[in-house]
Amino acid sequence: MNVEPQKNSIFKVIGASSLGTLIEWYDFYIFGSLATIIGSQLFPADAGASALINTLAIFAAGFIVRPFGALVFGRLGDLIGRKYTFLLTLVLMGGSTFLIGLIPSYSSIGYAAPILVLILRLIQGLALGGEYGGAATYVAEHAPANKRGFFTSWIQTTATGGLFLSLGIIVLTKNLLGAEDFAAWGWRIPFLLSILLVGVSIYIRMKMHESPMFTKLKTEGNISKNPLKESFSNKANFKMVLLALFGATMGQGVIWYTGQFYAQSFIENTCKVDFNDSRYILLWGIAFATPFFVVFGSWSDKVGRKWIMLTGMLLGIIFYRPIYQIFLDDTDVSQVTQNDIKEVSNPVVTRTLIENTSDSLITTTSQVTLLSGASFTKVQAHTKYADLSKPASIAPDAFKDKKLSTPVFWKFVFLIFFQILLVTMVYGPIAAFLVELFPTKIRYTSMSLPYHVGNGVFGGLVPFIATLIASFSGSTPLSGLWYPIGIAALSFVIGAIYLSNKKPDHGEADH
Amino acid sequence: MNGLKKALGIFWIILGPASIIFMFMQAIEKVGLAPEGVAKTNTALQWGIILFIFIPISAGLVVFGYYALKGEYDKLPED
Repeated sequence: MNVEPQKNSIFKVIGASSLGTLIEWYDFYIFGSLATIIGSQLFPADAGASALINTLAIFAAGFIVRPFGALVFGRLGDLIGRKYTFLLTLVLMGGSTFLIGLIPSYSSIGYAAPILVLILRLIQGLALGGEYGGAATYVAEHAPANKRGFFTSWIQTTATGGLFLSLGIIVLTKNLLGAEDFAAWGWRIPFLLSILLVGVSIYIRMKMHESPMFTKLKTEGNISKNPLKESFSNKANFKMVLLALFGATMGQGVIWYTGQFYAQSFIENTCKVDFNDSRYILLWGIAFATPFFVVFGSWSDKVGRKWIMLTGMLLGIIFYRPIYQIFLDDTDVSQVTQNDIKEVSNPVVTRTLIENTSDSLITTTSQVTLLSGASFTKVQAHTKYADLSKPASIAPDAFKDKKLSTPVFWKFVFLIFFQILLVTMVYGPIAAFLVELFPTKIRYTSMSLPYHVGNGVFGGLVPFIATLIASFSGSTPLSGLWYPIGIAALSFVIGAIYLSNKKPDHGEADH
Repeated sequence: MNGLKKALGIFWIILGPASIIFMFMQAIEKVGLAPEGVAKTNTALQWGIILFIFIPISAGLVVFGYYALKGEYDKLPED
């Protein structure tokens, strides 16, 4: 069946599908972006770094359940239709996000707080697992075969758009409330706002019609009786599921998460760049790169999907380490000399009694501004023992809240833009690529699983595994990059050898 | 190209279990190195999650290798 809808009707379909998907991504991302604050509010206060690790583990749990969501909702989508299934995922996602914003702190309800977070995060993961496959399938089944890459690439922009929206709202809320109020209670606002966004999206999606291909299958009585069985116990289909995972979505997932998440985490936590600066860099990078999703999606209609996606992976493999080395070098202030310094603020000295001892921790904090326009906070700490015969122990100087000079700021924006450009290469054509691999009656199930294993497991674990590797003894700050580089290299080899570069046939019939 | 696809099938079949053995060894080492108490539990939990999700994926890589070795990818439906 070749579907040639009116141009304005296809854009309505894209708009309605994309808005809901964008909101789901927004919901999902605000948790990741606020992981540190959530860790301090909803986890035991004395747990220190483990609060962050626990939150990251929950973050990972959110991604791990995505493949299960893909199976549950994919099956539903192939049985009852695309429209009602991705309405359900939207309600689950929006409801969970709203409720996370209402959870009392650990100091109020104890361990019930992190347990509730975990449950709601798992529901979010399940919902996201069902959403994307539905939206991509829905749009693809409305689009003419020779423009699938172009039309489905709009859905691909939503993941980046959701991140952009979440970062924008977080930065705006923080600037309006101030850092202290934001950390105390203001972080809840981005979660609570979700209910409004979801309400609008549900209203729009309710007005949409079922996909024409699914409707045709239903009318003819050809709907799959058991989509899971037909997808995974049929060798001809299962081998394509495996090929899609290892030859495309696995590499695509790590390129995506490295460019959009690990980069920001690295700049903020490893390079110690100021909270706002690290987010502004990402926001500019995303803003400049996002149109390229559509460029590469559309181009894949002309030259095929395979080599665009694989080139994105190859460029990541080659350039990740040099890019992150530049991040490190340009934020290293340990070698700053007196000649570079414009101004040093009066030091603020604080003395804290160390618990259960009579010893004191003395911290001296000063703000240093450089001639280049960059600035940072220098923290010197030493322990003064009650036993005066013991010499004070002095910790190495620490530097934080680094603000970059204007040229370095824009250099970082360019490097993030480049990484997100690679994301647009691997991600722009992927929905059309996946949709074309599988038949209509089991498409939702079949394409959702490799997509969410590739993105949820391989991609979603990039920050977690990279941080884990970087914490090994003997590792350097760049060691964590071996994970995305290794996975992208494996996927590149499999994709290059086993995938075919089919160019869409203008008169192609859908199967 | 079909010969290469089949030959690499053996590599994928080996890579699946090899990656799991490597991850098991890493898990044992890292959990052993972690200090007793909460840190050890945390490390064990992290590695438990990683192994839990990568075991079925590695099994999938073995099946992929088997299909490649049998020539299932010599001609794809879309070719």
